[in-house]
Amino acid sequence: MKSLVVSDLSAWFGRKRVLRSVDMSAEPGSVTAIIGPSGCGKSTLLRCLNRMHEEVRGARAQGKVLFDGLDIYGPGVDPVDVRRRIGMVFQRPNPFPTMSIFENAVAGLRLGSKMRRAELQERAERALRASGLWEEVKDGLDEPGGKLSGGQQQRLCIARALAVEPEVLLMDEPASALDPASTLRIEELIQELKSRYNVVIVTHNMQQAARISDWTLFMLYGEVVEYAPTKKMFTTPEDRRTEDYVTGRFG
Amino acid sequence: MSHRVAEPGAASARLGDRAFRGLTLAVGMGLIAVLVVVLWVLAQGGAPALARFGPGFLVGRNWDPVHQSFGALPYVFGTLVTSAIAITLAVPVAVGLAILLNEPVGRAVTAPLASFVDVLAAIPSVVYGLWGLAVLSPAMERHVEPFLRATIGRIPILGRLFSGTPSGGDLFTAGVVLAIMILPIVTAISREVFSVVPRDLREAAKALGATRYETIRMGVLPYARPGIVGATMLGLGRALGETIAVSMVVGGGRSVGASLFAAGSTIPSVIASQFLNAQGIGYHRPALLALALVLVTISLSLAALSRLMVRRTARLLDGGSVEGAAEGPALEVSG
Repeated sequence: MKSLVVSDLSAWFGRKRVLRSVDMSAEPGSVTAIIGPSGCGKSTLLRCLNRMHEEVRGARAQGKVLFDGLDIYGPGVDPVDVRRRIGMVFQRPNPFPTMSIFENAVAGLRLGSKMRRAELQERAERALRASGLWEEVKDGLDEPGGKLSGGQQQRLCIARALAVEPEVLLMDEPASALDPASTLRIEELIQELKSRYNVVIVTHNMQQAARISDWTLFMLYGEVVEYAPTKKMFTTPEDRRTEDYVTGRFG
Repeated sequence: MSHRVAEPGAASARLGDRAFRGLTLAVGMGLIAVLVVVLWVLAQGGAPALARFGPGFLVGRNWDPVHQSFGALPYVFGTLVTSAIAITLAVPVAVGLAILLNEPVGRAVTAPLASFVDVLAAIPSVVYGLWGLAVLSPAMERHVEPFLRATIGRIPILGRLFSGTPSGGDLFTAGVVLAIMILPIVTAISREVFSVVPRDLREAAKALGATRYETIRMGVLPYARPGIVGATMLGLGRALGETIAVSMVVGGGRSVGASLFAAGSTIPSVIASQFLNAQGIGYHRPALLALALVLVTISLSLAALSRLMVRRTARLLDGGSVEGAAEGPALEVSG
């Protein structure tokens, strides 16, 4: 497990600067939550951590993101390699609609290398067990992934991300499109995953951040306001703006 | 205003609804009526020939107005073969172009390219015919066809398509002209199809560490497949019905052999060239009308087939989280 250390990271959409010299780090074996009001740059920050930000036209980033000591924005680093090691789960469940559950789970393993069927099956089962979906789908692995409920689809997407055995798991509001029961299931899952993965999660839900994270980063207008252990953040924040936000006075 | 829902104004709104409903219904039924009338006229006019020659009309190879013997096989064959060549050549290029034009990078190159493809659609088919006759035919005869004969022609089975004496005015040349003519429509529709593929799927593939090619293969193409089938069918409809340009380059022969380098004819080209001279008594005119009926039947069957194919994939997509799968347009015959 590897740590992520961000220093002096800025990002733009065209001329508009959306991140201003962000510093943060995410430790292995912990959950780091990024919170803040809409448009504060929290999703952009997350997407900078596996170089997904630059996939949007006109978007660019500048600064350092050290992953296990290596700058992923350094010269000669291929974003494809970065993304294979730093997995991502999106806000809206996005399984590949024409693929079966099994094919979805192993989609990432089909990239680049060829793997034997038996090994694929083993990896699919492991990933689906890790995302807590195995018991529900083991008898219907050939069913289309799109037939599952929203919560199951999101766990399928988590399995898909886990199957390639990444070292960091980035989650962009993974439960915000789900009902309360599915949300709870995802939160439990994140707790289970943190022992093995370095999890960074963006959420607009402060209670969720308080429940599941060890560290919390509060952002406003593209800047980091405060970065502290979650317990401290929600009880004795140092910055006045943090206090206003976590107590619900704005945002 | 808002709390008075069922007031007099509402009744007239419902009247508007009814009027609009009537109008759309009339237009819809009108379209069906036109199709029925066309089929009926063709069937009626072609009936004497079909009754006289029976199934022999479809499999006979002899088309001789002087001796009143009519077999349509060479024309059906020519139509299907030239269209198949056109589709085989045009669809991969069109899909590739559409993918390129949808990539988020390199606008400076792709925007002019897109207008260039659109301009191809605006060229009248007779101009394609002239160009085919003056430029393409000689080039095919002297360079392309001898080259193909010397390369692919040596491969067993497949090579038989590229055997024989290159003539320039042949099925292959007609297929190539058709391919260029249907390229814009297939490209334009494929492009639309690719542009509605949810960004989610692209991102899902990217985030797994897919390269650009892998992203397209995994996140874009499967979703776009029904739309590409639709685009292909629309292109095929054009190719089947194209008349002028094909008549000018297809050679006017009656080949039903394996070689694509033989002069052939298509249904539209033979109808266009013979119909005015077929006003007298005998079976010539009924035979041409029956030929038209065969063409329409081919088109309609392909349209139905494409609907089935599109629906099968669309059903799969509908089960998913992404709604509104890109459905292909229905087949249409032009020219």
